[in-house]
Amino acid sequence: MDTIPAITDMELVYCRPSTLTDTPFHYCPGCSHGVVHKILMEVVAEMGIQSQTVGVAPVGCSVFAYNYMNVDMQEAAHGRASAVATGIKRVLPDKFVFSYQGDGDLAAIGTGETIHTVNRGENILVLFINNGIYGMTGGQMAPTSLLGMVTSTTPYGREQSVMGYPLRITDLVAQLPGAYYVTRQAVHTATTVRKTKKAIRNALEYQKLKRGTCFIEVVSNCPSGWKMTPIEANNWMEKNMFAYYPLGDLKVPKENHT
Amino acid sequence: MIVHDDEPRLMKGNEALAEAAIRAGLQAYFGYPITPQSEILEYLTVEAPKRGFVVLQAESELAAINMVFGASGAGARVMTSSSSPGISLMQEGLSYMASAQLPALVVNVSRGGPGLGTIQPAQSDYFQATKGGGHGDYHLIVLAPSSVQEMADFVFDAFRLADEYRNPVMILADGALGQMMEKVTLPKAGSLPFTPKPWATTGKSEGRERSIITSLFIQPEVMERVNLQLQEKYKKVQKEVRFEAFHAEDAEILLVAFGLSARICQKALELAREQGMKVGLLRPITLYPFPSKVLSSLVQNVASVLVVEMNAGQMVEDVRLAVNGRRPVHFKGRMGGMIPTPEEVLHEIETITEQERIVKV
Repeated sequence: MDTIPAITDMELVYCRPSTLTDTPFHYCPGCSHGVVHKILMEVVAEMGIQSQTVGVAPVGCSVFAYNYMNVDMQEAAHGRASAVATGIKRVLPDKFVFSYQGDGDLAAIGTGETIHTVNRGENILVLFINNGIYGMTGGQMAPTSLLGMVTSTTPYGREQSVMGYPLRITDLVAQLPGAYYVTRQAVHTATTVRKTKKAIRNALEYQKLKRGTCFIEVVSNCPSGWKMTPIEANNWMEKNMFAYYPLGDLKVPKENHT
Repeated sequence: MIVHDDEPRLMKGNEALAEAAIRAGLQAYFGYPITPQSEILEYLTVEAPKRGFVVLQAESELAAINMVFGASGAGARVMTSSSSPGISLMQEGLSYMASAQLPALVVNVSRGGPGLGTIQPAQSDYFQATKGGGHGDYHLIVLAPSSVQEMADFVFDAFRLADEYRNPVMILADGALGQMMEKVTLPKAGSLPFTPKPWATTGKSEGRERSIITSLFIQPEVMERVNLQLQEKYKKVQKEVRFEAFHAEDAEILLVAFGLSARICQKALELAREQGMKVGLLRPITLYPFPSKVLSSLVQNVASVLVVEMNAGQMVEDVRLAVNGRRPVHFKGRMGGMIPTPEEVLHEIETITEQERIVKV
């Protein structure tokens, strides 16, 4: 039987990029991961660098990132994504290398690797998804959980006297001379998605220059971990997360790249 | 077969190993300083800019082994080296590499433990090296040199085995082998071929399947299948077993020792033979795979077995498994960086001879 096209005589203006596989995302409704996966892979497609890109998937909700991103990928041990990315980039210096990491991975167990990777100025892109919670393991406190935030391991709220302060690791990273471009973005609205996509494009363009690490934090939600609907989660994020993790560039290259 | 230079040199074990690695086509080294193996990192750091390979001093052994993971996954001939406490830190990475089937050379110039221990030589990492070391059912292929010559030669064997079996290979040396100077004839540069690695993450080119390096197999059915594949591989690896036997044919007492202990035993064997005691020596060269079969057949003709190690008795367990109760298995060990003397071993041989009423000739 012939297939009858559902749509005829119309211009295709949007489709899944060839750099995403056709595997449906396993992410919870309202989660930011799917959006960030998509725009990252759109940039890879638009730049025509699919065959030159190697990604590193972390331990965390995006541990299966390689099921979706249609590029060569390695799955790293928890916290070690930027060390693995360093190993790849050092032996393949002309490839585009990125690590994609959550807050627990990058700012708790992998803090040492994060700081030293950026301090060496590894010419990679570090994409940092900060939702202030351990999503995959069921909503435990993360280094970036806000004070007072209720998680399964801070059932009475995160208390500073016991668990210290939420770690603004992106601010720390921006202080390092090895960091070339550091920015904090979000993906909960069409505008913020466009801005984040632009930041990813910048970062991958900068990678050609070999002048240091590009570091993009995406302040994200976790409706399941936060026990909220997607809309509630976005509202809570805007009100609370953005107050502590304000969006914007933390370090931009001095040179004019236009 | 390893092709050698004509000119012998006098070199430290660590330096001979590092030079051999460059000659074996090393493309990247990641490591962290620790006594008694820092000469490897230092030697390679001096040579890297002149001879064109990557050397990176990592912020920790944890980072180093994961850089090795990344570089190996990207297809490079890659190595790291450390000593006991540092090797402990690398165990997570080694488990991941064994599961993801990544080739690499890992050198352990071991020292006395447990804990921070001492910097003197010991063999107390035998269990860790041969039984897996990290979590899960896996094995490294383990080579145990007993001379500076073998510190160099085994680098070539290790890279070959790593590539052939897609498995991390460990050279288990000790502080004495790393630090002592001996005559060595180095392997010829460029004599170790590179095997193609189509599985490496070098960028998904047109028409080729994506390369994915992972040790995550969340479905138990798949995870079991991967485990079965690994076990199948370890079965194949058994054919790589290597050992050396001295005077084993007519031996009444068979010494079993590896690495530095085997050299001490060789001297003890000479002393014993001078006194008319028929002593032989089996030196396992591969600790995994362990030469169980040859040991099993050798013990049929001996009265007794004496295992000598610089630990509390680790390889002796594998010896007992191979002997399987057919002969008494004795053990002589020194620990914590103390090295047994040939005379100590001889004394042990004499005691066994007396106790078991073995007839001298």
